Amino acid sequence: MTANTLIPLFALLTSLLASVIIFALPEKGHRLRTSVNLAAAGLKLILVGVMVWGIFHGQSFEFAFTMLPGVQFVLRADALSMLFAGLSAVLWLLTTIYAVGYLEDSPNRSRFFGFFSLCVASTMGIALAGNLFTFFLFYEMLTLSTYPLVVHRGTRQALRAGRNYIIYTLTGGAVLLLAIAWLHGLVGDLPFRPGGHFSGLEPELQGPLTLVFVLLIAGLGVKAALVPLHGWLPQAMVAPAPVSALLHAVAVVKAGAFGIVRVVCEIYGLEAASQMGLLTGLAVVSAITIIYGSTRALYQLDLKRRLAFSTISQVSYIILGVSLFGPVGVAGGLVHLVHQGIMKITLFFCAGNYAETLGVHRIDELDGAGRRMPGTSVAFTLGAFGMIGAPPLAGFVTKWTMGTGALAVGMDWVVAVLVVSSLLNAAYFLPILHRIWFAGQQQAWPHERRWGRLETSAWLLWPPLITAAALIVIGLIASMPFSPLSWVNLIVEQEVMQ
Amino acid sequence: MILGLMAGLLFTPLAWAVLTLLSGFERSRLISWLGILAQSLVSFALWVTVASEGGFHYQLGGWPAPLGIELRVDGLALTFVMLTAVVGGACGWHAGIYLDPEKTWHRYFWPLFWFLWAGLNGVWLGADLFNLYVALELISLSAVGLVALGGQADALRAAIRYLMAALLGSLAYLLGVALVYGQFGSLSLAGISALLPAGSGQAGLVFALVLMVAGLALKTALFPLHGWLPPAHGIAKAPVSALLSALVVKASFYIAARLWLEFGEHLGSYGLAQLVGALGGVGVLWGSWLAFRQSRLKQVVAYSSVAQIGYLFLLFPLSWGVSEAVALQAQQGITLQVISHALAKAAMFLAAGNLIMSVGSNRVDALAGVSRFLPFSLFSFGLAGVSLMGLPPTGGFAAKWLLLQASLGSGQWWWLIVLLGGGLLSAAYVFRVYRASFIENSDTDQFFHPSRSLEVIPMILALLSLGLGLVAEPVLSVMTLPFSKGGGG
Repeated sequence: MTANTLIPLFALLTSLLASVIIFALPEKGHRLRTSVNLAAAGLKLILVGVMVWGIFHGQSFEFAFTMLPGVQFVLRADALSMLFAGLSAVLWLLTTIYAVGYLEDSPNRSRFFGFFSLCVASTMGIALAGNLFTFFLFYEMLTLSTYPLVVHRGTRQALRAGRNYIIYTLTGGAVLLLAIAWLHGLVGDLPFRPGGHFSGLEPELQGPLTLVFVLLIAGLGVKAALVPLHGWLPQAMVAPAPVSALLHAVAVVKAGAFGIVRVVCEIYGLEAASQMGLLTGLAVVSAITIIYGSTRALYQLDLKRRLAFSTISQVSYIILGVSLFGPVGVAGGLVHLVHQGIMKITLFFCAGNYAETLGVHRIDELDGAGRRMPGTSVAFTLGAFGMIGAPPLAGFVTKWTMGTGALAVGMDWVVAVLVVSSLLNAAYFLPILHRIWFAGQQQAWPHERRWGRLETSAWLLWPPLITAAALIVIGLIASMPFSPLSWVNLIVEQEVMQ
Repeated sequence: MILGLMAGLLFTPLAWAVLTLLSGFERSRLISWLGILAQSLVSFALWVTVASEGGFHYQLGGWPAPLGIELRVDGLALTFVMLTAVVGGACGWHAGIYLDPEKTWHRYFWPLFWFLWAGLNGVWLGADLFNLYVALELISLSAVGLVALGGQADALRAAIRYLMAALLGSLAYLLGVALVYGQFGSLSLAGISALLPAGSGQAGLVFALVLMVAGLALKTALFPLHGWLPPAHGIAKAPVSALLSALVVKASFYIAARLWLEFGEHLGSYGLAQLVGALGGVGVLWGSWLAFRQSRLKQVVAYSSVAQIGYLFLLFPLSWGVSEAVALQAQQGITLQVISHALAKAAMFLAAGNLIMSVGSNRVDALAGVSRFLPFSLFSFGLAGVSLMGLPPTGGFAAKWLLLQASLGSGQWWWLIVLLGGGLLSAAYVFRVYRASFIENSDTDQFFHPSRSLEVIPMILALLSLGLGLVAEPVLSVMTLPFSKGGGG
């Protein structure tokens, strides 16, 4: 057992142990609980940093043991897993800070933070999983640990959303299990490997493997909210804002999208998948999802609901990217994994701030919010412009990369999808910005709270400001080492070189 | 050495039974807790010995069956001996705190508990059909007595019903045994198995096998013979329900599985195997659905047993006429299912007992708000539920994975529907309980807090069933410990 074996395990255990400790702490131990939370989040960030540094210098990190006859439990850090692990480690720290402020004085905090840490442990496992079997373990653990967060408020509406969430995700999980078991029966235990496994394939396996692919995508598509499997997501926004932020930015929808990336790039392989004709179908489904999500977002009057439909649309950029055959398109998709996460978490933080500070949930109540809460509103504006794809923000980098990628492989219709989607993004975000900044306040805020000199609690204000600043920085330094884009280029090099 | 340990496992529980019969509740409890410790140590010692010396076959006192007692210990038997020590020990520990010493009839729990344990070890270690019958009867009668311990009219009614079913099952089994004895003049499993090829294809023998399996299926509560189980398991005291669901039904299944694996090749047929599997499959779906419909918490758990038992009978189709590799996967999967269900169901019944004690009502709806007051027991219940749903990383998941592989490997894809559909249906009834506990606006704020050790025991069992999935490989390796053909006088 060298350090390189244990680091991935420790990265997982930090949040797992944090969760156990938090469950064990008494409900009233707020200060201690917050310290444990923040310490674990900080420690995880360091461990992920060590792994990123090591991988950049060509080291490998792997922990494995045999779990069942013929099946291994594998945690491995590679460039792709670090993309997701890094995102979740950074955003966990910020979301924890935010959640501490958000849940001040509310009941059941011990339960909330326990499951919250468990949820992050699951995403860490999903990022580090070295084969589909291990991936599935954490994928289902994520389902279970997010349910208590979705129903946290215990209201009728929350319980109904929770029920739908669990029906969708467990059914998706069953389909995914079927696909993984079938694949295992056909070809044995396959580790994730850049370039995939199926390049020189016997023709008689083509049929079953195509069917397995469809099942895999269907199973993963539930969490990734591919149309028509997206029904649970808009309802799940009844959860507390930090949960929505985590669900939409790192945990659930990203787990689905990340799984699809793993399956397409590292099980089937881009080349084999496109030869088998699997990618065109995926591209069409994701394009439909992009347009559908944006269109539905236009009609939502509730702020969080509009953001939820926007997520459905934005996450499919990732899937559209990997189904574009060419390396540039894949880079665009992968980099959006990070970019969408940071943009969406900013927007949900801000939506939570409006709700907590002013009691505002509906878009038509936002008139004049910019004057009352300038910090939050600036962050929201940056997030929204990022989504629309305005340069030099992160979202622009995505759309530019994907557009050039699509043109390079001659899929011009994808550019049309991107343009239409950007227009729709503008159509549902700009009216909100107009209300925030240019409309005068019509009536008193529905339920206002005051925090001294600041516009809202400092715990709530800083996280969105930091993520919003990150959006600008990431867009500006896109071509420097360790920026998401250059890290993604490192991954794509490996995928295509094989 | 091994002989001494095996005899210890069989006869010391009988000695504890007599001792506790003669003492009051408090002293019996002390004796029993010491006894549990002793039994666990002996079981552990047996494992160590078998792991170093191999399995063993023995005729006690040199008398062949039916007069003497034939014993054998192999990896599988050892696995179950240790499972009994863990689950039985936990239930005995729990019962000592849970049962009210003031009620005079509660002291009879202890002798019944020890008779039950003796019977269970007799089943795991028995090697001839008649002594298996004796052990099975010992189990049934003490189990009926334990159900009646509830003391109310409902408990007595359920106990009588249970007694009828158990006796009917025993009769069918005994009839089959008599037919086999008439044919071969031997009752030893190994002896008959050696003689079988000569006598294969005989309708009488097939009938005997069907009779024995049917009788055992009734005792195991295979659909549609499950009617007696939910009332009996639902009404019994929590530790008793846990013992019954975790261990008692497994004993009769264990014998049925042994018979099938020894004789099935010659006497079984594709149709019979598929029929038993289909009944199991229907049991999984129907039991889960009924569990979902129950309004009382312990009934939910009891019907869930009917469903989980159904999975076990998939052993029949998945081990008949398939390749060695698939048959091994099926056996391993079923063994894991037995272990994980035993651990999870015991945890669930004990936790349910705590929850009911806490809210003072046995209805699922009454759980509103309990997550704030009794999170620990609720958590144990939840973890056990994860294992029943077959979600990773629990033992239930490991079992399901192996069974999925066996179904795919043998081309019997229709069992996939049972495995995946059953998992989703069990999620439905488990989440119904979670959901009730998350509701915030409860009417009652009166919660009774059970003692700490009552809460710890189900948590330990639930964690074991959870961890089983992670260490499935070493646990399964106990099952395949080599069998040395030693023995004799």
